[in-house]
Amino acid sequence: MKRSVIDILDLTPAELEELLATALDIIDNPEKYAHACAGKKLATLFFEPSTRTRLSFEAAMHELGGAVLSVTDAASSSASKGESVSDTAKVVSCYADIIAMRHPKEGAALVAARAASIPVINAGDGGHCHPTQTLADLLTIRRQKGAFSGLTIGLCGDLKFGRTVHSLINAMARYENNRFVLISPDELKLPSYVKKDVLAERGIPYEQTTSLEDAMPQLDVLYMTRVQKERFFNEEDYLRLKDSYILDMAKLKNAKDDLCIMHPLPRVNEIAVEVDDDPRACYFKQVLNGKYMRMALILKLLKEAAQ
Amino acid sequence: MNIDAIQNGIVIDHITAGRAMRIYDLLGLDALDVSVAIIKNAVSHKTGDKKDIIKIDSTMPVNFDVLGFVDPGVTVNIIRDGQLVEKRRIEMPQRLTNVIRCKNPRCITSTERAIDHVFKLTDPKNKVYRCIYCETKA
Ligand SMILES: [Zn+2]
Repeated sequence: MKRSVIDILDLTPAELEELLATALDIIDNPEKYAHACAGKKLATLFFEPSTRTRLSFEAAMHELGGAVLSVTDAASSSASKGESVSDTAKVVSCYADIIAMRHPKEGAALVAARAASIPVINAGDGGHCHPTQTLADLLTIRRQKGAFSGLTIGLCGDLKFGRTVHSLINAMARYENNRFVLISPDELKLPSYVKKDVLAERGIPYEQTTSLEDAMPQLDVLYMTRVQKERFFNEEDYLRLKDSYILDMAKLKNAKDDLCIMHPLPRVNEIAVEVDDDPRACYFKQVLNGKYMRMALILKLLKEAAQ
Repeated sequence: MNIDAIQNGIVIDHITAGRAMRIYDLLGLDALDVSVAIIKNAVSHKTGDKKDIIKIDSTMPVNFDVLGFVDPGVTVNIIRDGQLVEKRRIEMPQRLTNVIRCKNPRCITSTERAIDHVFKLTDPKNKVYRCIYCETKA
């Protein structure tokens, strides 16, 4: 049966485990999967540019032996002629077996999924969801920490608009004994509905602080985020805040030896380049893990669609 | 129109005082070419509290979802030939389709043509509805 993934919560914890197991098996036995999607086509339908995410999906499909139809300027080729997302999804359904879609509007992937006759993977819908980023994050935590429970997870930077942060909280809140440390300027605090509906509702401990250094010693995972210019209405606020939370070696002085430093990338300057050589830096591993999880997800959805 | 004795029509009763106009607007009663009476701040025989009542001199189909969304607990009385033929207490609907629009300018519903505006009841205790596309609160 056709099935789409719009939100990380569309996947049950059991399904997440299945995807993680597949990804780990792909890492160990890539040759086993080299032709797993032979004869199948992935359409990457990008209504806004995101080269990294598109390359990750395309590399994933290539490594599964499948083909890729790439629409990098979907916005100019269809939307500007007035074609709706629904119609575009129906048209692409005639050519491809699965769609990875990126769109600047929130909820666009759900609209596409309802119209398409093939599975749709949300590759980012505005500030709303980006489930495959969360899959990458989860595989990284699993590989670095061995488990999803008993962790103190620090989230730093733009917690207000950072969709990857909300999504990771949603995903990690389903496991036992985790704590969150929310590190941000007052202007970019985690929205109260996430605190209330996700954390407080389930009795998950969290603390809020404006100091990255104070939070550092207790962290098992530190998830850094970019302070994005387009999230601000005026330049002044952006310039004042963008450098507030920069991670460098000095701030890592009191960090645990097995801290896992993550970032959804691209980074601007929120992690100093000097940190890249530290063994605790995991953000480029995250990129690679993202490809493996996208491979696992494409495989799963194509298999389910064929049943 | 005798507002006390409708022959064929609908009486929406037990409206929370002050909400009658909102219901009037959302039901599109302004476009209706029949007599409509809005009674504000009537005193409830049952509770002694103030309530609003809307009486419509027509048995038009009523969108119960609108009523359940704006004011769960209202009752709808349908009257035919002077007889009460149906009395319904209206609950909060699980889903609202094309009753309200999503206010989030970044939501796909702001640009996609011919799309249903759908809201889902996500928190019945606090009566929270969220857009199914962007999850913004109604
Ligand atoms: Zn919306």
